Amino acid sequence: MQTYKLKNKVYILEGFSMVGPLEGKGPLKDYFDYIIQDDTLKEKTFEKSERKLLYDLIINAVDKAGLKMSDIDFFIGGDLLNQIVSSSFAARELNLPFIGLYSACATMTESLAISGIFVDNKIANNIVASTCTHFSSAERQYRFPLELGNQRPPTAQWTITGGGASIVSNIPSKIRINAVTFGKVIDYGISDVNNMGAAMAPAACDTIKLHLKNTNHKVSDYDIILTGDLGKLGSEILIDLMEHENIILGQNYSDCGCMIYDKSERVFMGGSGAGCSASVLNSYVLYKMKKGDFKRVLVVSTGALMSTTTSQQGDTIPGIAHAVELVFNDLDAEKNRKKMGETSRLKRKEDVKPLSNLKKTDKKKSKIN
Amino acid sequence: MDKEKRNVNYNIYVESKVPKTRAWPSLIKAFILGGAICAIGQGFFDLYTYFFPSLSESEVSTCMLMTIIFITCLLTGIGVYDVIGAWGGAGSVIPITGFSNSISSPAIEFKKEGIIYGICVKMFTIAGPVIVCGVVGSIICGFIGYFI
Repeated sequence: MQTYKLKNKVYILEGFSMVGPLEGKGPLKDYFDYIIQDDTLKEKTFEKSERKLLYDLIINAVDKAGLKMSDIDFFIGGDLLNQIVSSSFAARELNLPFIGLYSACATMTESLAISGIFVDNKIANNIVASTCTHFSSAERQYRFPLELGNQRPPTAQWTITGGGASIVSNIPSKIRINAVTFGKVIDYGISDVNNMGAAMAPAACDTIKLHLKNTNHKVSDYDIILTGDLGKLGSEILIDLMEHENIILGQNYSDCGCMIYDKSERVFMGGSGAGCSASVLNSYVLYKMKKGDFKRVLVVSTGALMSTTTSQQGDTIPGIAHAVELVFNDLDAEKNRKKMGETSRLKRKEDVKPLSNLKKTDKKKSKIN
Repeated sequence: MDKEKRNVNYNIYVESKVPKTRAWPSLIKAFILGGAICAIGQGFFDLYTYFFPSLSESEVSTCMLMTIIFITCLLTGIGVYDVIGAWGGAGSVIPITGFSNSISSPAIEFKKEGIIYGICVKMFTIAGPVIVCGVVGSIICGFIGYFI
């Protein structure tokens, strides 16, 4: 069974999102927790910046949720760089058990789904699921040097700088993970690396179709169905593919890649990268769910599972999509927390310490350890 | 068999959806930028001919090329050339500036991996094919020239 319905109540306690300067000018700028002004994050290389971004995301997410690092049982996540170095190097500093994943840009929902299953089966109480991408390190790995004066085709997408971290927990909150669907690897024979949307759309179509079928839901049951980073062209293709399957994606369908950038930016088909769905999910979606505007949400991150070597050897691009269904928790979460005596652990957004302070405290901690 | 048919159909469908780059705006931009670069080159050529009358025409030409290459490297280093290139397309690639940019940009980019494995190895990742084609082409032409 590709769809797993969570039997026990598993919640997303908090989410934290950080994005780069360009994304910070976009339409979702008010929802992001932190906008980085200097995309090097004062590191010497962009690979180092990316791992610092991930580290900061996790530390802040844990802090925002009012937990301590010692409360976290696992860090589940991955990134786009070869051998998922950003995640494993961040995990080195975090001193947490680490489960590294790779589903390209679908890593966020994959880690959320696995975290949900872990908490559901009482293997862990609190898990941090996180992923991020950095435009400059991704360009270095997948494309050309940054300073090369080349032109991109109109179907190209822009890897975002940013990411998100979610705390998956058994402590009640307003957002509950209801069901997850793991997608199949699907390849419709697209080999153009500059047209990822078209390569990933069939995988998204398959996963959404299966999720709806297995959960007995209709498209209209969801307040929003979000795909990860199909971009403008990819989402149009997805709508057509779904129509072919007799499923009409209406006004409630959107794509994170299309949402993240301002229309005036030269980002071609929109944003892409693992951090794209991670940052939108942990900012906009969680905020709207906490407010109660969204009652049922389906997030389908999409990934293209190729490498530069396979593309150069002429292989086609396999796509994957994992779906996570989030529902608004009707229980009055605050009351519940009071009963459990955890009010003291709650912190408001204003109370989140600035990044510099956080690092210092963490260094002290690691020394003690 | 079925899958192959499906993939072929899907590729045809995607091809019909892909927005096409409009040729005329690109051509005009490339013409303006390429022309401007050549005009600047000619400017330096005339300047050197005026100030150094003892130099031969080929020597002046070499000096002019060196100046243009230097300016491109400088613009690449300060992060301006990629913006120019993205605007002008082929207009920035075809003059020697494109070649200079394609060597200096990986050199800057991979400096972090060290001098040998970074700069020296990666410097020709983009310009390499151009050099290989140039050398192979000249060998072939040399042979033909010898026998004619």
